[in-house]
Amino acid sequence: MSIKQISVFLENKPGRLQKMTGVLAAHEIDMRALSLAETKDFGIARIIVDDPFYATNILKDNDFIASMTDVLAVAIPDEPGGLDKLLQIFAAEEVNIEYMYAFLGAKDAYMIFRVSHTHSAETKLTNKGLRVLSDEDIAEI
Amino acid sequence: MERYYQPDIECASREQMIALQNEKLVKQVQHVWDNVPYYRKKMEEKGVTPDDIKSIDDLYKLPFLSKADLREAYPYGLVGVPLKDCVRIQSTSGTTGKRVVSFYTQHDIDLWEECCARAIVAAGGTNEDVCQVSYGYGLFTGGPGLNGGSHKVGCLTVPTSSGNTDRQIMFIMDLQATILCCTPSYAAYLGERMKEMGYGPEDIPLKAGIFGAEAWSEEMRHDIEKTLGIKAYDIYGLTELSGPGVAFECSAQKGMHINEDHFIAEIIDPETLEVLPEGSQGELVFTSLDKEAFPLLRYRTRDICRLTREKCSCGRTHVRMAKPMGRSDDMLIIRGVNVFPSQIETVLINQGYAANYMIVVDRVNNTDTLDVQVEMTPELFTDNVGEISERQKSLEEALKSMLGIKAKVSLVAPKTITRSEGKAVRVIDKRKI
Repeated sequence: MSIKQISVFLENKPGRLQKMTGVLAAHEIDMRALSLAETKDFGIARIIVDDPFYATNILKDNDFIASMTDVLAVAIPDEPGGLDKLLQIFAAEEVNIEYMYAFLGAKDAYMIFRVSHTHSAETKLTNKGLRVLSDEDIAEI
Repeated sequence: MERYYQPDIECASREQMIALQNEKLVKQVQHVWDNVPYYRKKMEEKGVTPDDIKSIDDLYKLPFLSKADLREAYPYGLVGVPLKDCVRIQSTSGTTGKRVVSFYTQHDIDLWEECCARAIVAAGGTNEDVCQVSYGYGLFTGGPGLNGGSHKVGCLTVPTSSGNTDRQIMFIMDLQATILCCTPSYAAYLGERMKEMGYGPEDIPLKAGIFGAEAWSEEMRHDIEKTLGIKAYDIYGLTELSGPGVAFECSAQKGMHINEDHFIAEIIDPETLEVLPEGSQGELVFTSLDKEAFPLLRYRTRDICRLTREKCSCGRTHVRMAKPMGRSDDMLIIRGVNVFPSQIETVLINQGYAANYMIVVDRVNNTDTLDVQVEMTPELFTDNVGEISERQKSLEEALKSMLGIKAKVSLVAPKTITRSEGKAVRVIDKRKI
């Protein structure tokens, strides 16, 4: 199962990111992971939250441009070589990664991948025995 | 000692000038009435006939002409002579329906060039001078006008046109040019480049510059004068009326003398349209006095300025206009090019952006900058930074091809551009004019 990531348009100016986190905080949305892609004058905040549908609506209500994107979340053991083993599978299965970022759980590390063809990639990875997390899994972390 | 191109006219007494204007005005009104149905209709609507115009005191009875009229009558609606008698057109830089095309008979060109010749002589030019004309040649009036004026004065004319800065400098140095004609921002750029190349003011042969076609500040004048080691003179004009040379600065550098034997100037309140007394600030209105092909009566320039009849130390008697403070409509002059917010709006909408935008004009290192801030929309947003950047770049390209000058696009968050309940404020002009 792929999960929903929220992508938020932000101007590259002091205080803009905080405005977003302020809205999320006010509505008690729990962020699991955050990554920023930026250019000189704008950026995109990519966030993983406990309730993506609710959070997206809240952001839109507060005049943010926010959209949901399907990404793959994979749990890997938090130990040396953990990511490498995973990426070997990506390489072997020719899964192209557009971008990725990571966050740490209590015992595992979680990798978030945006890939070119989410569904076929998901099938290839699960066929190799990898467990791809669902939105429910994320909510429980 | 002050020199004049046509001393009898430039230093005529007020009485002589009024007599001349009265005589010319009566003829010009009759010419328009007889040959320009568009304006005749306006006069008829106002109940005015040529018989009502006996002197310049009757000028107020005539209807106004605006840029909107010029657009409505485009292209031939205001031409006052058969096309076989016209020998040339010139045009403003407008790239939409806003373009203004002006027509000339040979007589009109001669008078226009005479006006430019007066400006060159007022800047100290003689037939001993080498006059480099670095205004654009072509549809733009800058190059052709000063080129003609330079010929009339008898200067050795160097028609470099604009651009190719290093070649400009080569000609200035090799030919020992003494007078430079171009936009003030280009003069500043030439100065900067020459400084980089190691030329100090004492190495540069130039002694005077005639700079116009865009608004510029006193600070900029001083900068240019210092860098190039020259005296910098302002020149004013509009394509509609002929081009540069409608007014020009003299050695006193305290306002520009309007060539009153060819143009009557009035200052009006742009709201009430009433004529304001001398010294008031308001919109400048011109009436041409001896144009054949494109006569304009009471043409509203949208330029806001003041007029003064105080005696000028140069000896010229023609009324002086202060540098225009700004335009009463929304046209911007950026790097000498006319830019209308509506053109920018058209491009934005064509590219799928909302009409929420702000135009920020500034001057960095003596060059005008144009920044268009536009709000991001949910429709245009994607999770892909590269895709958004591409779209931003293609918008910049579309703006450049529409406006003819480079514009920077900044994408801003929704609802960050102030909404207005009345007439929207679309422009922030940070240039210190």
